[in-house]
Amino acid sequence: MIEAAALSKRFGTVDAVSDVSFAARNGEITGLLGPNGAGKSTCLRMLYGVLTPSGGCARVDGLDVRGETSAARAHLGVLPHAAGLYNNLTARENIDYFGSLHGMGRERLERRAAELARALGMEGFMERRVKGFSQGQRTKVALARALVHDPGNLILDEPTNGLDVMAIRSLRDMLRALKAEGRCILFSSHVMQEVAALCDRVVIIGHGRVLAQGTPDSIRERSGTQSLEEAFLQILGGVEGMA
Amino acid sequence: MSALLAVFMKEFLENLRDRRTLLSALLFGPLFGPILFGAMVTRMLDQSVAEPDEPLRLTVSGREHAPGLIRYLESERAQLKFESFSERAARDAVRSGAAQVILIVPEEYGPRFTAGLPAPVLLFADSADSQTRKSAERARHLLAGYGSGVAQLRLQVRGVSPLLTVPVAVNDVDVATPTGRAVGVLGFVTYFILFSVLMGGLYLAIDSTAGERERGSLEALLSLPVARGILVGGKILATCAYMCASLAINLTAFVVVFRFVPLERLGMSGNLGAGTAAAFFAICLPFVPLGAALMTFVASFTRSYREAQTYLTTLLLVPTLPIAFASIYSLKTKSSLMLIPSLSQHLLMTSVLKAEPIALIDALVSAGSSLALALILILVTTRHWRRETMLA
Repeated sequence: MIEAAALSKRFGTVDAVSDVSFAARNGEITGLLGPNGAGKSTCLRMLYGVLTPSGGCARVDGLDVRGETSAARAHLGVLPHAAGLYNNLTARENIDYFGSLHGMGRERLERRAAELARALGMEGFMERRVKGFSQGQRTKVALARALVHDPGNLILDEPTNGLDVMAIRSLRDMLRALKAEGRCILFSSHVMQEVAALCDRVVIIGHGRVLAQGTPDSIRERSGTQSLEEAFLQILGGVEGMA
Repeated sequence: MSALLAVFMKEFLENLRDRRTLLSALLFGPLFGPILFGAMVTRMLDQSVAEPDEPLRLTVSGREHAPGLIRYLESERAQLKFESFSERAARDAVRSGAAQVILIVPEEYGPRFTAGLPAPVLLFADSADSQTRKSAERARHLLAGYGSGVAQLRLQVRGVSPLLTVPVAVNDVDVATPTGRAVGVLGFVTYFILFSVLMGGLYLAIDSTAGERERGSLEALLSLPVARGILVGGKILATCAYMCASLAINLTAFVVVFRFVPLERLGMSGNLGAGTAAAFFAICLPFVPLGAALMTFVASFTRSYREAQTYLTTLLLVPTLPIAFASIYSLKTKSSLMLIPSLSQHLLMTSVLKAEPIALIDALVSAGSSLALALILILVTTRHWRRETMLA
């Protein structure tokens, strides 16, 4: 469970995020949808605690991200927008490194790495150095790295950026599998179709504010449009130069 | 503690697999100094030791005007070549390098010499060329010797004791010990040693900060439940490990070079054996965390690998400043100077080279000030890593 309660963030005189509230529930995929520059990344960064909110509160499994940072982070896996890997390390070493920083012991790490390799289909390249990996392979390693400590919650910032159709498809399958395990998944995207294809709940953000939220169906109904895409455009309609 | 070890191990291993880091940290950095030093000293030996054995080569124009002088020069084993030059031609020949040193005896030499008046000769040499400058000095020395010999004869002929022309007899007493004399040459050995320390950590300091940012792995790392101080500490520790390795290789190379460079022939005894090297290592050890912290600190503020490289290569010159300052003002070891890192290490190593005793307090102050500054830098770096702007 990931909660944003009246989150705000000011950079100097700019309000990047104002009064954003929503909850991403366990066993659901929640999509943070909005055009580029709407404040999605800023919002997520406050949720995983690398930015301090100017106002409001971020909670993971009821733990305040600011007050109980380490405990909250232990419940959280993060795949940031830039999910770079260490090129001179093997896939396993990349995963192990984050695991040991989560305080996992050798045995547990080994078991978990084997599980992830099987689940994400990485058995063929676990021992190879990451340098020269395809984008799809990199995403798998980055995802495994985010999941190494078996977190109940997962935040992904634009995870499909730069992936080809095959890789996007396998990422979707992986996210569905994680959802089936009862995890809470929150991801951001500026691509309508992606959100429509995957999400149980949608939070539409524009200019740093929540413009609409609910299930894709309820959003469509409320805006009286046929597709989610039309609803999205209509909701953002008032805001210049978007979509 | 285990997180600190994890960060250390990862940085250590990752850079061990990076060819650029390895070459610069464990090869170019540490070997640059010893090789350059060996080459320079060997060259100096060639010039200052081998040369006096060689005869002075001198081109003479107008020999017929000064047969006495020519006989004297030949008796002093100068190798003379006779060739007629005008002043202009002589100037051109020396400038173009066709001749090194040219002596022109003009026509009026003979009459003036016979009349007991100062007889002119012209000596052409290029003082900007260190090789010909030396030959010119030797020629001048020979000419002066001839002149004073003739002067003494002239006085004796007139019944005056030549001793009258020497009212003061100066006797030089050089108190420099052979090792002390060597210190002039060895002065920059200490800089090379400090340079190798910094070179050892250069790429690791960049890779673990700006590199982490450029690869895009920083944000994932910062979202882990690990204190930023642990991250910074692990990275600095790994940098220290590479610096120590570089320092050890550098000192070993110096010991080897000193075994092959015959410093005794320069009238110096360079005592850089294994024992001295061990003492150097101990003296430089507190400088290692300072260098690592300083480089990590600076690199943490940079946005890219290239930017970090620009700043850090400039940083390599920082230890020279106090050392250059010290040699300009010829500072002697003083307790107050032990507060200045790099200068204190330089002075302590110089003392070891001169075989002078080192006060325990000096060694402690040197180590303490370096470590204290390192600690401050680590804290400031950690504070920077805690800021949100670290991600920007």
